Amino acid sequence: MEGSVGYDNDLNLKATELRLGLPGTEPVSIVRSNKRSLQQVADDDCGVNGCKSDDQNETAPPPPKAQIVGWPPIRSYRKNNIQTKKNESEGGGIYVKVSMDGAPYLRKIDLKVYSGYPELLQAIENMFKFTIGEYSEREGYKGSDYAPTYEDKDGDWMLVGDVPWEMFITSCKRLRIMKGSEARGLGCGV
Amino acid sequence: MQKKMAYSFPDEILEHVFSFIQSGKDRDAASVVCKSWYEIERWCRRKIFVGNCYAVSPTMVIRRFPDIRSIELKGKPHFADFNLVPDGWGGYVLPWISEMAGAYPWLEEIRLKRMVVTDESLELVAKSFTNLQVLVLFSCEGFSTDGLAAIASSCKNLRELDLRDSEVDDLSGHWLNHFPDTYTSLVSLNISCLGSDDVSFSALERLVGRCPNLRRLLLNREVPLDKIANLLSRAPQLIEFGTGTYAAELRSDVYSNLAEAFCNCKELKSLSGFWDAVPAYLPVIYSVCSRLTSLNLSYAPIQNPDLTKLVSQCPSLQRMLVLDYIEDSGLEVLASSCKDLQELRVFPSDPFGEEPNVSLTEKGLVAVSSGCPKLQSVLYFCRQMSNAALVTIAQNCPNFTRFRLCLLDPKIADYRTLQPLDVGFGAIVEHCKDLRRLSLSGLLTDRVFEYIGMHAKKLEMLSVAFAGESDLALHHVLSGCESLRKLEIMNCPFGDKALLANAAKLETMRSLWMSSCSVSLGACKMLGQKMPRLNIEVMDEKGPPDSRAESDPVDKLYIYRSVAGPRFDMPPFVWTMDEDFASELS
Repeated sequence: MEGSVGYDNDLNLKATELRLGLPGTEPVSIVRSNKRSLQQVADDDCGVNGCKSDDQNETAPPPPKAQIVGWPPIRSYRKNNIQTKKNESEGGGIYVKVSMDGAPYLRKIDLKVYSGYPELLQAIENMFKFTIGEYSEREGYKGSDYAPTYEDKDGDWMLVGDVPWEMFITSCKRLRIMKGSEARGLGCGV
Repeated sequence: MQKKMAYSFPDEILEHVFSFIQSGKDRDAASVVCKSWYEIERWCRRKIFVGNCYAVSPTMVIRRFPDIRSIELKGKPHFADFNLVPDGWGGYVLPWISEMAGAYPWLEEIRLKRMVVTDESLELVAKSFTNLQVLVLFSCEGFSTDGLAAIASSCKNLRELDLRDSEVDDLSGHWLNHFPDTYTSLVSLNISCLGSDDVSFSALERLVGRCPNLRRLLLNREVPLDKIANLLSRAPQLIEFGTGTYAAELRSDVYSNLAEAFCNCKELKSLSGFWDAVPAYLPVIYSVCSRLTSLNLSYAPIQNPDLTKLVSQCPSLQRMLVLDYIEDSGLEVLASSCKDLQELRVFPSDPFGEEPNVSLTEKGLVAVSSGCPKLQSVLYFCRQMSNAALVTIAQNCPNFTRFRLCLLDPKIADYRTLQPLDVGFGAIVEHCKDLRRLSLSGLLTDRVFEYIGMHAKKLEMLSVAFAGESDLALHHVLSGCESLRKLEIMNCPFGDKALLANAAKLETMRSLWMSSCSVSLGACKMLGQKMPRLNIEVMDEKGPPDSRAESDPVDKLYIYRSVAGPRFDMPPFVWTMDEDFASELS
């Protein structure tokens, strides 16, 4: 039941065309895709294992429809209830809370939107308007009073970046930007 | 002679008369009759409802009403429920609690909706209001079980604690232990939103066991099925019960204990919970079914025929919440069994799936509209609709007060004629003269808005998404809907003209939300300059509005009337278009 069938049959629809976007602008802003398309994934594989993209393109199904923010109007706890039953569900984001010591409010982010640690950390820096230091495996985050940490499935607080990204997004329950000595404590070797 | 008579009417008598006037609206009306009535009324008002916490300041409320015992506050705009309002937007309750702590030591009831409530606020509540009896935190966030522990340990007169749909930082289930052993006044407890694995079950059992007046108990998902029987046996006087997870291996002892426990709850009228429900355990509630007036299965992945079989056993249902697993066939059974049905909500089990996973269409809703003459309130998610169906529904149910239809593909046309759904929704507003709340979806032109402006005279809340073609649509609504209080719009091609032409209307409404529309920054600034009693808030996470052209559309716009002026607690991504802002930039 594609809605587009209805108005594609009419003539001269430019004037009344409904688009997902503001008139006069490219319709990008409000449509947000949580998943990388299968083609993109195939392309990523190209460098390591040789180009598989041609094969992948032929057999891969079309990428899932991009989700519109706020539609359908279902509250997050309902969405979470549906998602819990499926594992890698389409459209299911991995929402975690992000808190920062000293900030009066929490933020919530969808980990699936980011492709790796640099993107995630950049987003958090923007969100709370501060800078995270330089990461090194041995010394944690240096150069700032803050360190990004997360609580994993076992309830332990870990430094963000210590485990591979894929492992991180499946085990992260919440994020906390620690400040001061607590932060330094976590960072100092293991 | 006359003048003397007016002043000789004692205040105490008036106050006594006013004590019979409970409705806020009626009290407001009484308070503007004359100055002396205003004075008397304000001293004896005990209950206040603030629909937008930024419309007035706590200082102003306290100054006018010195002795309030019950307050209800609402914070964030409704679309915050669907992630359209970024975290940190506002709605903090702390300033209210801080001021009321000193002014209203006898406060008994606090009801909050969509507000940010911190542990600090809860600790202050616990410390300041020793007579607190009711605490309702509806869709709130920002607090943890530590805050709840403070409430539990201090509020000796607490009757009702309701955390419905709130986001709670679940640090530990031990907060329940903070209710002292001497505490026995609990009447209503809703902890369904709590997520902790560590529910202190023994504390819960003891609490339930020592509160003989407990009538309403809604558990969270973590409470296992085999613990329910024990709980119910300690509270057979329950009227409303929400289970935890409703799945377990089928064991005959658990099964029979459950069946017996439910059977002994002779006053049980409302059931909910049923997370992860498995059909095997459904029959344990059969003994209760005939009495049930409210049933919420919207978290239960039960499918037909088990689902329909259950529903067919509940002839007294007035309120039914269910997933679309019920399908058209199940709704037809509902229509023939439940003649007292007043409210129906059908939620999607797979909202993001490309293809329908169940056979739920407009036919189910038509069946219910035809079979249930008392139907008043509908929330229905489905994938197809026709004008003919909507017209039939409208004719069947002229008593609708709330009608919300959500088509999963937001711009889908009438599947039979490929026409827009204007005529169908037009029929709804034309036939349902008492309609107070309406949500539209599907392919809709300006015409539907013309119908709404013409007919929906009692409409108070309208939600619109992906609809309309021009400003004319918005103009029809703003100029025609006399009772409109809340208007929320997303992704519609509405711009400046209708808004500016109907600026005065905005002062008669609580609020207007517009996101992903075409309202320009310039228009917002103009509104800010011309309408000092409106707060015009522009939200943009990409950067400050002064970095753009006047003609650039704003991302999100929230306009609300206020006597408190612009707020001071805005996050970096919200700008107010008050007079200062406009003049600073020009």
